[in-house]
Amino acid sequence: MRSARGWGGWAECLDVEKSGYDRRGAERGLRRPDDGSPDERTPVDLFEYQARDLFAAHEVPVLPGIVATTPAQARAAAEELLPDSGAVVVKAQVKTGGRGKAGGVRLARTPDEAEQAAAAILGMDIKGHTVHRVMIAAGADIAKEYYVSLLLDRAERRYLAMASVEGGMEIEQLAVERPEALARVPVDPRVGIDAAKADEIVAAAGFDEAVGPRVAEVLARLWDVYRAEDATLVEVNPLVLTGDGRVVALDGKVTLDDNAAFRHPDHEALVDASAADPLEARAKAKHLNYVKLDGQVGIIGNGAGLVMSTLDVVAYAGERHGVKPANFLDIGGGASAQVMADGLDIILTDPQVRSVFVNVFGGITACDEVARGIVAALGILGDEASKPLVVRLDGNNVAEGRAILAAAAHPLVTLAETMDGGADAAAALAATAA
Amino acid sequence: MAVFLTKGSKVIVQGMTGSEGTKHTTRMLASGTDIVGGVNPRKAGEVVGFPGRDVPVYGTVAEAVAATGADVSVVFVPPPFTKDAVIEAADAGVPLIVVITEGVPVADSAEFFTYAQAKGVRLIGPNCPGLISPGQSNVGIIPADITGPGPIGLVSKSGTLTYQMMYELSDYGFSTCIGIGGDPVIGTTHIDALAAFEADPDTELIVMIGEIGGDAEERAAAFIAEHVTKPVVGYVAGFTAPEGRTMGHAGAIVSGSSGTAAAKKVALEAAGVKVGKTPSETAALARAILSARG
Repeated sequence: MRSARGWGGWAECLDVEKSGYDRRGAERGLRRPDDGSPDERTPVDLFEYQARDLFAAHEVPVLPGIVATTPAQARAAAEELLPDSGAVVVKAQVKTGGRGKAGGVRLARTPDEAEQAAAAILGMDIKGHTVHRVMIAAGADIAKEYYVSLLLDRAERRYLAMASVEGGMEIEQLAVERPEALARVPVDPRVGIDAAKADEIVAAAGFDEAVGPRVAEVLARLWDVYRAEDATLVEVNPLVLTGDGRVVALDGKVTLDDNAAFRHPDHEALVDASAADPLEARAKAKHLNYVKLDGQVGIIGNGAGLVMSTLDVVAYAGERHGVKPANFLDIGGGASAQVMADGLDIILTDPQVRSVFVNVFGGITACDEVARGIVAALGILGDEASKPLVVRLDGNNVAEGRAILAAAAHPLVTLAETMDGGADAAAALAATAA
Repeated sequence: MAVFLTKGSKVIVQGMTGSEGTKHTTRMLASGTDIVGGVNPRKAGEVVGFPGRDVPVYGTVAEAVAATGADVSVVFVPPPFTKDAVIEAADAGVPLIVVITEGVPVADSAEFFTYAQAKGVRLIGPNCPGLISPGQSNVGIIPADITGPGPIGLVSKSGTLTYQMMYELSDYGFSTCIGIGGDPVIGTTHIDALAAFEADPDTELIVMIGEIGGDAEERAAAFIAEHVTKPVVGYVAGFTAPEGRTMGHAGAIVSGSSGTAAAKKVALEAAGVKVGKTPSETAALARAILSARG
């Protein structure tokens, strides 16, 4: 239920010589299983260059890389890197898979080529993601590709380390076709990846004796990233063995736990504010959980589950009237007049919206507070509030709440007795307003 | 009977003297919960006067348990301190810990869950509304006046959707309603609740509410097919949700599920669960089963 578009695999690799630009990770969009109900948390998915920086900060071996937002910067970066690396790769920084195929990863052997590549890639649209940055990365001499990841295993409520000596390919495909080639090793949250656990993972994946200890060392450092940064996913694909025998993280994906933000003030800088829809960004600034959808019936409710359920009920009612829900907006507990006004303001700013359904079941939230909030919000918004509101209240102090709305007798407000009835009324109003 | 929580449950509140703790302790007491103490090291020895009862404050959970024989702790302490609070309660031998706190880092939850599990402690939450056995006891923030006792057992990830379903079926009433929370790591799962309701003689029918994301409902479906003989009615919120955030193969490999409401419905129906498309339709399905049983 999030608006962010998918970011699929990031398995494109620098190994352009060997595999061409088309090497890419899974593009199949799968909802992340460790992503719970919609309001619970906002995972912070990092760009490749941000993941690389975090890796470097925790001494995970990475190759030099420089971020550029203009072709001139890309040229300067290439001038800096080329003397040592011979070739650089200009990589689009987008949170989606398939950038190689889209032309978002290009090899350059001269500063000119790097500049041209950056000019071509910057501004490119890759599956709805505009490329604002490229990373100029040193080319790698790749002898072998591996896969490693650390993640949360929701079902078992512990961590899981996965590793394969067959990296670079689509890891989901590997997991399905040759599950024996992907080692899965449980990790106790109280212990983490110590030397013994790292050895266990390396042995389970079948790394040979020459490279095993070096991979184990990288695993221990990746655990550092996972634990110290409060990540819920750290994935390296590919982890490569270079011609000169080094084990290097060539491409990484990191998801951080937003709930842990209180102990990572530095993480705020990693959040990509440009990614959100403008209305979503405004909602976020007001601490409202809002997701813009493509529809005509604005929705406000309390509690993620109830709001999601309200979307369902409105969608079914909308089938009869030819309209759809316009958004997800959870005002959470204790809806004050201001919160209600902020929520209504955002919804009414959406030009697609033709009616609004407010569906509140007062648990902690008192319905009279919500009702006062609605009346005050309409007062605050004045003439900006021009679309009909259907309000359904139940639970805590419902009689008082309904009485307040009835007494206010605002011409735009209709009271509904049930969730189903309210949804139908709001859908009908949206259809009529067309 | 009811599950996990009964009239005899003796409850302490960790974080009772904070604003949320005070508000909800008042509400819990009003709904008949036997609250025997609060815990706050800085206010040990004080007594807090609530309407109808004076509740003593202890410095540690161990002291509270020793003095009162408490067998349930409900945790309202803020996220940075939640992990220590749960571990303290587990160390003190409290067999049921209910964590209401929202916003706990998942690493902390994983750690205190693993710790509680090793000690044989039942954990509910975090980020959950708690549980209520109507007419007996109420631990957490679920409103006590929505429904009375009855034959339905309810387990749900969501708070307000739980209340909505309690309201829809308040004509029948509930044995116990459990809000297990929607965080990535939770203590008691749908499966744990299903097993408890199956064993509870007072529960005749089970309503299970899920949400999109994850594969908890699919796993619950597999459990139902194997172990549950009582009728189960299900609801999954998010049927019409657009494709959500898509990411990470790593996670998908673990669960092997797409996490959509439709996929969950299919899995549940294959296990013999009747699945409603809306809360009211779900309630109608439950009502039909109960009325057929007389």
